[in-house]
Amino acid sequence: MSKLIEQEYKVISEMIERGATVLDLGCGHGDLLALLTREKNVKGQGIEIDQQAIYDCVAKGLSVFHGDIDTGLPEFADRAFDYVILSQSMQQVKKPDTVLTEALRVGKKVIVSFPNFAHITARFQLGFSGKVPVNPSLPFEWYNTPNTHFLSFYDFIDYCRKRGIKIDKKVYLSEKNKVRVLPNLFGMVGIFLISK
Amino acid sequence: MVKEPIETKYFNFEELKLESGEKLSPVTLAYETYGKLNADKSNAILIVHALSGDAHAAGPNGWWEKLIGAGKAFDTGKYFIICSNVLGGCRGSTGPASLNHKTGKPYGLDFPIITITDMVNAQKKLIDFLGIDKLLSVAGGSMGGMQVLEWLVSYPEQVVSAIPIATAVRHSPQQIAFDEVGRQAIMADINWNDGNYYGGPAPDRGLAVARMVGHITYMSDQSMEDKFGRKFRDKKQLLKKFAAEFEVEGYLQYRGDSFVKRFDANSYLYITKAMDYFDAFHGKGISEAFRGIKAKVLVLAFKSDWLYPAYQSQEIVKACKLAGIGTVYCEIDSKYGHDSFLVEAEEETHLIRNFLKNVKVD
Repeated sequence: MSKLIEQEYKVISEMIERGATVLDLGCGHGDLLALLTREKNVKGQGIEIDQQAIYDCVAKGLSVFHGDIDTGLPEFADRAFDYVILSQSMQQVKKPDTVLTEALRVGKKVIVSFPNFAHITARFQLGFSGKVPVNPSLPFEWYNTPNTHFLSFYDFIDYCRKRGIKIDKKVYLSEKNKVRVLPNLFGMVGIFLISK
Repeated sequence: MVKEPIETKYFNFEELKLESGEKLSPVTLAYETYGKLNADKSNAILIVHALSGDAHAAGPNGWWEKLIGAGKAFDTGKYFIICSNVLGGCRGSTGPASLNHKTGKPYGLDFPIITITDMVNAQKKLIDFLGIDKLLSVAGGSMGGMQVLEWLVSYPEQVVSAIPIATAVRHSPQQIAFDEVGRQAIMADINWNDGNYYGGPAPDRGLAVARMVGHITYMSDQSMEDKFGRKFRDKKQLLKKFAAEFEVEGYLQYRGDSFVKRFDANSYLYITKAMDYFDAFHGKGISEAFRGIKAKVLVLAFKSDWLYPAYQSQEIVKACKLAGIGTVYCEIDSKYGHDSFLVEAEEETHLIRNFLKNVKVD
């Protein structure tokens, strides 16, 4: 696990109370859910599209649905979970607006984390080399990236304002620590705790 | 490999009150067990079979031999596995071919209508007889999956986990339609004689045709293409009027003919009807259906299964979600159609083995 992801999971874990119910959208191999189950004793449920990743989740003893988070939420009741988590998955879905709206309906609170497309290295790469940014938070090449939406922290804050979404907490991370100065320039990953 | 010798045992009990209100008496269930029941009886797993299955699930020629045995998904080194032939069956359990004690003759159509619930109630008596209070898991595919769901709703306190595979909450009109074609094929056979054929010629042609239709629905377009293509059995024999010229024709005929040697036509009628009647929700709405169930559930579907399509498994998952049940759902990428649950052993093994590792009788 990279240092950045390790930090991110730690921040998310600190946002969640012990024994909470958690829905992890795009839970991948289940590392975050397993951590939350272990450290916060959460009652967790994941949704994941990749079959092999599901095997890993099951091996970790997690509850997981094989499915697409773009279409997989309507069946959950309103406020069915204390927390809905979109860890590095919001920027990969087809319709982030719909998924976020659904996440805010299904969860009392939502935790979203995503890479900052306006990070200083990204700006340099695009501005000076004229190439699509590749850095620790955006580690993919244009031809194999799972990301389909590119946004900065400011973009997300704007979005929340437009949609009347409350930002309860925000944490910005660089590769090694939390970023407090000029986060939209120096933050690689942003973690937002939001609610309606 | 299952090391200890496998024998089919028989459990007899006095009477079973059926869902229809009728009583069936006496009742026998044929069953087999594999592995050893531990001291606190916390390692028992009930395996339930599909339409044409029987109690012989593991060991040589066992219908789920790929999944049950030492080191396999249902590891007989760890678990005590039980499998019984369903009520209404013809492989040792009481069914329409059994002797009706009132008349001294086989039941035939005097056999009462039975349901999946009745099958499960009979299994419950067997489990009680074996002294098991809680089942670590109940698992099965197709009609077996229906019994799994019925165990969950009928005996939620006795089931710690459940594995319904390639199954449905209830049959769609398409599934009922295929069953009805099978039943009509049997009833159209002159030898069927209103179910009264024991001791004389059996409706073998009708039953064979029913099985042929069944087999088509168990495969997928791709698995048939891979297995048969448009190959001829013997090129020299072409244009012999309506002989089985294509490989696929020969295969279906072979499957039909071998089936009649081990299956009773009346059982086929009764069991398919039980599947068609089944409704795991028992008329309740989806949000109430599974309320109160605490078991962990592993739901499996297969991409190429068009007889029990994945959306039907997803309905089970939806009911689980609404009841707040800890659920795992996986749609396995397989090309073998409905038969996948019998043949896709590797994928199933991954999931089942790891799922079972994380369930325990408290």
